[in-house]
Amino acid sequence: MAGSISVSRNIATDPALSIKGLRKAFADVVAVDDIDLEIMRGECFGLLGPNGAGKTTTIEICEGLTAPDAGTVSLLGLNWQRAAHELRQRIGVQLQETQFPEKLTVEETLRLFRSFYRRGMSVEDVIGLAQLEEKCRSRVGTLSGGQKQRLAMACSLVGDPELLFLDEPTTGLDPQARRHLWDLVDHLRNAGRTIILTTHYMDEAERLCDRVAIMDHGRIISLGTPQQLIASVGGDHIVEFAVTTQDPNTNPLDGVVLTAIPGIQSHRVDAGLHQLSVGELHTTVPRIFSALAEMGLHPSEFRTHSATLEDVFVRLTGRNLRDE
Amino acid sequence: MSSLRENSLYELTATRFRLFLREPEALFWVFIFPILLAVGLGIAFRNRPADVLQVGATSADLVKALNSGSGLKAILTGEGAGSHELATGRIVLLAIQKPDGVAYKFDDTNPDARNARLLADQAIQRAAGQKETVHSSNDLVHETGARYIDFVVPGLLGMNLMGSAIWGLGFSIVEARQKKLLKRFVASPMPRWQYLASFLLSRLLMLVIEVCVFLGFARVVFGVPFRGSLWELGFLCVLTSLSFSALGLLIASRAKTMEAASGLMNFVMLPMWILSGVFFSATRFPAVIQPLVRALPLTAAIDALRANMLEGITLSHLVAPVAILFAWLVVPFMVSLRIFRWR
Repeated sequence: MAGSISVSRNIATDPALSIKGLRKAFADVVAVDDIDLEIMRGECFGLLGPNGAGKTTTIEICEGLTAPDAGTVSLLGLNWQRAAHELRQRIGVQLQETQFPEKLTVEETLRLFRSFYRRGMSVEDVIGLAQLEEKCRSRVGTLSGGQKQRLAMACSLVGDPELLFLDEPTTGLDPQARRHLWDLVDHLRNAGRTIILTTHYMDEAERLCDRVAIMDHGRIISLGTPQQLIASVGGDHIVEFAVTTQDPNTNPLDGVVLTAIPGIQSHRVDAGLHQLSVGELHTTVPRIFSALAEMGLHPSEFRTHSATLEDVFVRLTGRNLRDE
Repeated sequence: MSSLRENSLYELTATRFRLFLREPEALFWVFIFPILLAVGLGIAFRNRPADVLQVGATSADLVKALNSGSGLKAILTGEGAGSHELATGRIVLLAIQKPDGVAYKFDDTNPDARNARLLADQAIQRAAGQKETVHSSNDLVHETGARYIDFVVPGLLGMNLMGSAIWGLGFSIVEARQKKLLKRFVASPMPRWQYLASFLLSRLLMLVIEVCVFLGFARVVFGVPFRGSLWELGFLCVLTSLSFSALGLLIASRAKTMEAASGLMNFVMLPMWILSGVFFSATRFPAVIQPLVRALPLTAAIDALRANMLEGITLSHLVAPVAILFAWLVVPFMVSLRIFRWR
């Protein structure tokens, strides 16, 4: 990949971002409810949660676009009240739903954004980094969704930012375009930039982030590395099945019976589907089958998968991420 | 060049200019439409050579007498056929030979017919030997500057300056807000004043082209006069354009959707199209509403442009309209800076 990517310059001891007691309400809706967060330099940090969880409000307060009702935000050891201009020069921002002028070319758009920064990357380097070489003289209106998103990313990179905010960078993209964008984020992360991104895709957070905060109803309900969070579900694997029975007199399957089986950490039922978190599949699954057979029940739709952040969210909130 | 390319004010202005030039509709409305309008009005209201009036007469002597004078073209016809031609408008007057003289048949509510009656009687009396008691002669003038096209060109210029400034600023800003581009700019280190200044700068650049094309056309094709100082005319155009830009900025300062913005723009511009004397003199409106009419920026602009172009009046005598335009520049600009919504 062409282009020089400079590693963050002054590796200071200040955290890249520090938030304390942050609150923000719109009319009578509390969007952000007392959040504390500290993000280290060089980290790729994910704010994860369903739509309306308060991710965008949180990130926009950090970007200096929204004023908080209470709490403090400090970026790179600076704050928005005293050093707004300095901070604008040193951070990069990608917002949701920005539509760049359709009749400008990719190169013209980037040249415009580059002119706002005192120092930064050359337009050619950023085009190379975002892999937009072939499109550099095309008008923005002719780009695909993925290319537009890469342009938005490129615009946030022209100032060679120490801290990069990406708000739902892959929402609405097809799987291939998403993977393409992930590679770009990976590349930036490996180059030592601090990245803070929001997403409601669990797989995206797992794939990209060093640490993840799961948000729901304006609060951080869980914080840690994806592996820590998954481990907190209690099992490495998830078993899902439904049961059918020929005998109408049989009692419905009781969760207590299942959790009594050795190796099963937890149980919940969602729309007739039983979900168990399990440590070791090879020993536990035969026990499940024999227990069901004893009760005269036939398992259907039996499947297993490795636990994911999705399961963490379900465990913590009792809801699926994309229920909303 | 490279240092200029890195200058954000230059880049913002160049971007505005590019976006404008890539919008064919905008090009049409700003450059082509005023010229088409001027051509149309110039043709419709051109000053034709005095019409020769068609008349009829019932005897050869009368026809001869009528054709000897100027301004009439007589044909020989019968009384019945002549009445029919009169009724269908092919002739405006029928001269009927009577034993004791001549009778004129015409419609006295038609000015052409009344003229024909005067000319015909004069010609017939002169043919019968009447002498002039007072000698008279004609000294004909065809003055440029007194024609309708001369009157309407400054009006169209003012209207065009208003439209291009208000539309140019209003739509671009509201579109940028609706597409969340304003918010994105605010999230970058772009100096906010430069964003607004880039609109004014690109407007002034466009203004040079717009005014030169339109006035050049009016000069070459219609011979519209420029009696005042061209520098002062240039100053008036710049002032007018800046005032309407400020108004456009005010309209765009809060609107979130294009629909809201275009409604506001029509609300602001429609009264001025009607009241400000683009196509006819604003003095025709009743005295009661004259203070309102005078206070409108387009009235002030058109009055000043006409005074400069048609009467050669200097700026020192145009204090009132210039002051009104200044007020319309300063007040909306201050208000919009205060209430502008960046996201």
